[in-house]
Order: sequence, then C-alpha cells, then structure tokens
Amino acid sequence: MQIETPASSAGPFAHERSSIQRTMALVMLALLPATLFGFWQFGWPAIFLFFATIGTALLAESACLKLAGKPQRLYLLDGSALLAAWLLAVSLPPWAPWWIGAIGAVIAIVVAKHVFGGLGQNLFNPAMVARVALLISFPLEMTNYVQPMPLFSADAPGLMQSVGISLGQPGFDAVSGATLLSHVRTELSQGMSLSEIIPGIAHLVSGAVGTIAGSMGETSALLILLGGLFLLAKRVITWHTPVAMIGSLAILATLMNLYDPEQYAGALYHIVSGATLLVAFFIATDPVTSPVSKMGQILFGAGCGVLVYVIRTWAGYPEGVAFAILLMNACTPMIDHYIRPRIYGRDRRGTPIEYADNAEMRK
Amino acid sequence: MKLFKIRGGVHPHDNKHLAAGQAIENLPMPALLHIPLQQHIGAPAKPAVQRGQQVAKGELLALSQGAISAPVHAPTSGRVMGVGSYPAHHASGLSVRTVTLKPDGEDRWSDEIQGVPDPFALAPEEIAARVAAAGIVGMGGATFPSAVKLNLRTRYRLHTLVINGAECEPYLTCDDRLMREQAEEVIDGIRIMAHALGVDRIIVAIENNKPEAQAAMALAASMDPRIRIARLPTRYPMGSEKHLVQALTGRETPARGLTADIGVVVHNGATAFAVHEALRLGRPLVSRVVTVSGGAVSRPGNLRVPLGARVQDLLEHCGGFAQQPAQLISGGPMMGQPLPSTRVPMVKGSNGVLALTTAEVARHEPMPCIRCATCVQACPCGLVPLDMAAHTRAGDLDGAVSLGLMDCIGCGSCAYVCPAHIPLVQYFNYAKGEMAARGRAKQKMTETKRLAAQRTARMEAIKQAKREAMAKRKREAAAKKAAETAAADAAVMAPGAAADAAVMTPGAAAEPPATTAEA
Ligand code: SF4
Ligand code: SF4
Repeated sequence: MQIETPASSAGPFAHERSSIQRTMALVMLALLPATLFGFWQFGWPAIFLFFATIGTALLAESACLKLAGKPQRLYLLDGSALLAAWLLAVSLPPWAPWWIGAIGAVIAIVVAKHVFGGLGQNLFNPAMVARVALLISFPLEMTNYVQPMPLFSADAPGLMQSVGISLGQPGFDAVSGATLLSHVRTELSQGMSLSEIIPGIAHLVSGAVGTIAGSMGETSALLILLGGLFLLAKRVITWHTPVAMIGSLAILATLMNLYDPEQYAGALYHIVSGATLLVAFFIATDPVTSPVSKMGQILFGAGCGVLVYVIRTWAGYPEGVAFAILLMNACTPMIDHYIRPRIYGRDRRGTPIEYADNAEMRK
Repeated sequence: MKLFKIRGGVHPHDNKHLAAGQAIENLPMPALLHIPLQQHIGAPAKPAVQRGQQVAKGELLALSQGAISAPVHAPTSGRVMGVGSYPAHHASGLSVRTVTLKPDGEDRWSDEIQGVPDPFALAPEEIAARVAAAGIVGMGGATFPSAVKLNLRTRYRLHTLVINGAECEPYLTCDDRLMREQAEEVIDGIRIMAHALGVDRIIVAIENNKPEAQAAMALAASMDPRIRIARLPTRYPMGSEKHLVQALTGRETPARGLTADIGVVVHNGATAFAVHEALRLGRPLVSRVVTVSGGAVSRPGNLRVPLGARVQDLLEHCGGFAQQPAQLISGGPMMGQPLPSTRVPMVKGSNGVLALTTAEVARHEPMPCIRCATCVQACPCGLVPLDMAAHTRAGDLDGAVSLGLMDCIGCGSCAYVCPAHIPLVQYFNYAKGEMAARGRAKQKMTETKRLAAQRTARMEAIKQAKREAMAKRKREAAAKKAAETAAADAAVMAPGAAADAAVMTPGAAAEPPATTAEA
C-alpha cells in the first residue's frame, strides 16, 4: 500500500467551498423578488426586455471569450455576465424596446468588461456604464416611463401588443408617468414648492412599495432592501458601503431640508426614490469596482452618497446614481492605494511598533 | 480570563470528531526505523554511531552542531544498519542523512538514562542544558530547539509563559488527547519550564472545542496558583504564536520581533510533556503523539509513534485507506505540507498525517480575482493578499514586499476563503523563496565584491611596495654614485664643490625634496 502523490501544491488543503458562481447566484437570488415584482407591475414588455438584455449579454460574452481564447464553459457559467445584464435590465425603463436592452448589454459586456481585460479587470461597473451610455445616446427611450399596469389586469397589453411594444411600434396607449424624481425635478424648476409637489407621505409610501412609474426592478424600495439584507446576512456584502452611502445621502438631505424645506426634499424621499437602494446594495458593493479595505469602502460609499445628492439636486439629470457610481469607480484605485489596513505589529505608517519592555535590552 | 480580539481569521470545519474520541495508542514497533539527522530548524546533527553498532533506547545517535541544533537519539534498542540517505519528511521528497535502525524487539532503555529527583532545585540554565541534551524541539511543527527559547531569560525581560494548546488546525487532536490523558505530566513540564524561564505568570490556552482537555488541565493545574487556563474561541489561526499572545495580553508583537519583546515565551503542550519526561525520567525525545486522520483513512486515531516510523506504518495500523486519497498531508490542512510518498519517516515536528478525499480538499480551477476582499477580511496580519498576489504574478517582487509580503505568516486563511480559488499561499511561498534566493545572491555578490576589492587593494599595495622599493634602490644607487663622484671630485677639487655636484646629478634632481629627506 504505497502511494506516490504529486507534491506540487501548497496549502491550504481545505476550502470554505465558496465560489464565484455561488456568490453571483446569491446576488441574483437577492434580486429576484424585486425583479419578479417588476415583471408583474409592468407586464410582458418588461419580461421581453429582460430576456433580450440577458440573452444578448451571454452571446456577447461568449464571443468575447472566444476572441480572448478563454475557456467558454468555465467563464460563461461564472455568472458575471448574467448578473451584469440583470442589473442593467432592472435599471431600464420597463417598456423600452428590446434593442435598448440588447445594445446596453453589448456595451456592458464588450466595452465595459472585455476591453478592460475581462472578469475582475474592469474599472467601471458594466451595468452603470451601459446605463449612462444609453441615457446619453437614446434620451427619449431612456426616459419614457409608464405607470404600472399589473400583468393580467384589464388595461395591461396583451401578448401580441406587448410584442409590438417591445419592437418599438406605437399602437398601444400607455399612460406614461414620471418617476418620483423627475416629477419633483420638473415641478421644482417651474417654481413650485415641495409641499405642493409632494402632498403628504402618499408619494413616499408608493415609492417604498413600488406602485409608481420607474425602472423595471427599482421601484420597490422594500423588496430591494429585503434583497440587500439577505446579502448582508449571507456575508456576500458587508455593511460598510451601503451604510456609508445611504448615511451620507441622508445626512446631506436632512441638513439641506432643515435649511430650506420648500426647496430640498428630506432623507426619506431620497432613499426610497430612484435607484438609491438598488445602487447602495447591489452596485456600489460590486467587488470589482469598489475598494477592498473597510475604510476604503466607507469612503467610497460616502462619496457615492454625496455625489448622488449633488447630481440629483443641482445637476441636469434627475437620476444621478449612475454618474455618481462611475465617478467613484474612477477613484477606487486611488482609494485602494492610499487606504490599506494596518499591518500586524506595525503602526499605520508601516514602522514596527515599539514597546518599552525590552527595547533597551535589545541594544 | 479576559480575552482580547484579534483581527481576521476563519472558521474552518474542524473535523476533529474523526479522531478526538480515540485514546492514544502505541504504534507497534516497525521492522525498521529511518531516523533523519535533521529534525529541527538549524544545523543538522552529526552522526555519532556506525554501521553495525548496537544501541540502546535513548542512546545518542547524532550530536547537535552549533547553537541552533538538536541531538538525535535512538527511539528503541537495536542495531544500526547504516548512516545513509533516505527521503525526507518534506514536500520535496529529497533525501537527507538518515540513520537506519533495526529494532531488536526488546525496547531496552540505555542504562545511563536517569531522571532528576527535584528539577526545581536545578539552576535555570541547568534545565535548559538538559532540555537541549534531550533533543527537544518545538513540537507544534516549528521544530525550533526548545532550549534556545528557555534561555531567552538572559536577553529579555520575561514575565509570562504561554502554553499553546490551541491546536487550531482542523483534524488534529494529538495535543487534545495528550492534555486529556496526561494532564499531570504536561502541567509538570510546564512548571519546570516556568522555573527555567523565571516567570511567575503561566497561561495555558486551549480552544473551546476541547472542553475535556480544558477540564483535565484545569484539574491538574489546581495545585499551582500561577497557572491560569484560558478558554479561547475556536478560530483559525488562533495557534499562531503572535496572535495567541495578542488574544491573551492584548498586545501585538512588533513586526520582525519575537513575543519575547513583549515579555512572553510560548511553548507547545506536547513540548511541555517532553520536558517532563526529560527532567523527571531522563528520557530524550524519541517518540511523539501523531494524529492520523482524514476522510480517506479507515480508522482515524492518535498514535504514539517512535521517531523514524514511516507514514506507511501509521496508515497500515489505522486500517489503510477506506478510499483513494486525493491528498496526503503532514500536519493540518491549513499549513501542512503535501507528502510525496508514504515511505517518509515521522520526525519530531510531525503532529499529523492526513489522507484527504477529493471532497475534503475541495480544489477548483482558479478563476480571475474579482477583488471581493474576502481575503483582506480573513487575513489576521492586516495584509491585502490580492494585491500581493497581483504583484507577484507580474514579477514585481519588490512591490509585493512593500505591501507586506514578509509580514505574511503563511496561515492560508486568505486562500481558504477565496471564492476564485486562487492559490494565494503558493504565490507568497514562491515570492518569499525568490526573495530569500535574491538575498543570498546579493550577499554573495557583496561578498565577491568585497573580496575583489580586497584583492585589488592587495595588488595595489604590492605594486606600490614594488614601486617604492624600486625608487629606493634607484635613489640609493644615485646617492651612492653621487657620493662616489663627490668623493672622486673631492680628491681633486676643493671641499664644498661636492654639494653642487650632487645637485647636478640627474637621478637625485628628479626626486622631490621630501622624498630625498625620507630616503
Ligand atoms: S478572495 Fe480571491 S477573489 Fe477575492 S479579492 Fe482575494 S484573491 Fe481576489
Ligand atoms: S497567508 Fe499571509 S496573506 Fe494570507 S491570510 Fe495568512 S498572513 Fe494573510
């Protein structure tokens, strides 16, 4: 009974059994409730858009892998392309024509991911790059939001009509609706005061539950929050980034709201509207494009929160999160370079710590 | 007692249930023992026996060489078959000098073996000397000669002895069993070591997954008020010396320093047992307790094995393989070494032989790093493993070093959690090895340069001396000539003209005045 084993490998000879696939799958699981709710709210056109985006992304990924000479099965199934496309899809206007999703997917996978070197190499979050590129290239399609028309409800479009909507043919009279953010933005610019625009908290509640116009998977703040908490519980993400982002946004909003309540909305409004929570839990925590140290993540999250507020409040786009993320993504390498954990036995500057005990005995 | 938090660390499945219930058994004496002469960090021991020689158990086989070395003794009585080379207990499988002993079956101790009636009456340095003579080395795997650590008193102000009974590596249960079954002896060894070190604070640190060991040790220690049992949370790498001390005292050992810098010396529980045997019974270190475990082993257990028994002997005693193992390891799965074959002999530092199944090893194809930072959170040393690996991969070893490569203790926590299954430790081992090689090369180069410079200087000196000798000869010749001329002239001319004549002589004129004066 003599065995010769290859003595090539080093330890450890045990593993937690985590894998990239598992991590990606958990994130998708966390996104599922909000996505399904989006399907229900916005019906067949949303479902078509979702699958067009994901299908194109997988095709693009496969083609890029082929060009790069990487193993198809291993990488195509790693879940990263699927997740990027999923995140992009849920951030699109639900009735956008299918080719919006397809073009977005190609931008996300080819330009934002593979041009940078593929999995793990991209500087910017692919879904956000695609979203911004689409917003700039197709402003009309990208801001055409509809009021929710739950699947199987009387006014919802039928299957054939949905195909038409997806192909971009007019013919179905959708009740277009403004998102909470764009609504407030337009009215404010026309000199209205906030108390007139948001009468009571009804708007906020519908923002939280998700029964208002918005992107396919972003409307329900509650379901997104649920997914985020799930990721925290599963230790896929840590609290640092989301808490820092939501916290800084809330603090800034509260301060400005105290300063002039008629011009600046409060914290809750900013948190429940638009993509705030989706971004805080699912995008800002994207490992590839965010810092690795806890301190760095706090800084990154806080930067996102501040930028979201600034862009929403003073810049030209009501929906500021995508820009905020991309700007902070650009800062990630710098944050990682300057902010590192303290090494054991050394002070923050890297010099070995010194105690009085034996210093003199060590001559 | 109050414990302090340590950063990072992981919670591997401890899998101790496989062997923890098995009492220590004696391994039947194998037909042959292969006893390597180097079973410790430091210089290999020098053989003191010859082929054909009959030796008794505990008799010296090889003498220690130098300050950091340990002697090797006969694990049983028998005949020396030869001093040759045999595969080492090491991943490389390279051969080392080894004494092969054929046991005679009597297992007869040498007549010279004698204990000390009262070790506490001995001077501290006497205890250290006996520990050195018994060939005791750190039995937790580091194999640093224990006597050197017992002598730290002379250079450091020490206050605490910590006994590392954490045994945080999964699967291993040998220290657990030893503390459970022979707590009295272990505590006695601990007290002897404390006496040698001159400390009056003793902490025995045991992880919480060994409640029986904690209880047994607490009972055995109850007679000595200096001893406290610390119940540690189960967390890898709690047994890392510096982290253990931090958990117990709240203080970090300075980078590049020893725990002695903060007044603490750490010894392993099995080492304490060996010290007890050496002082009380006079027995050198010739056997140790080893855990044989892993999903591929038929009957996992804890064995007391004579040093020099082959891994194969242990596995056979445990019923062989229940299934084909995917990996054979010496030590624990986190920091253990792969074993190249079952032929290699057991040595003083080997605490475990594991045969793991494919499912247990859980190795996957590595994927690219997704910068998820799980490795950063797991690292107990505050390092950023993904960056160190990236620099190493890019060939930028200096970059890796500036990120803290040399502060990495190789614990493997980072690789254990990496979802991309990147062999991080392999990168770090490579980089560390490469840096060491570079250091040696650099040292060699400066040495060569120094020698070359010395040689140039020597040659220059010789040349200079030659030139001077030549010049001197010339001057002497010139002076002689001048003197002769002067003498000749003086014979015909008036006195005083001789000086003029000397100045006029070409050779003498060419010499600068100072040199002339010297000459
Ligand atoms: S754990 Fe692995 S994948 Fe994650 S950052 Fe570290 S090296 Fe990269
Ligand atoms: S092996 Fe090194 S880098 Fe990895 S966790 Fe341990 S100390 Fe940190």
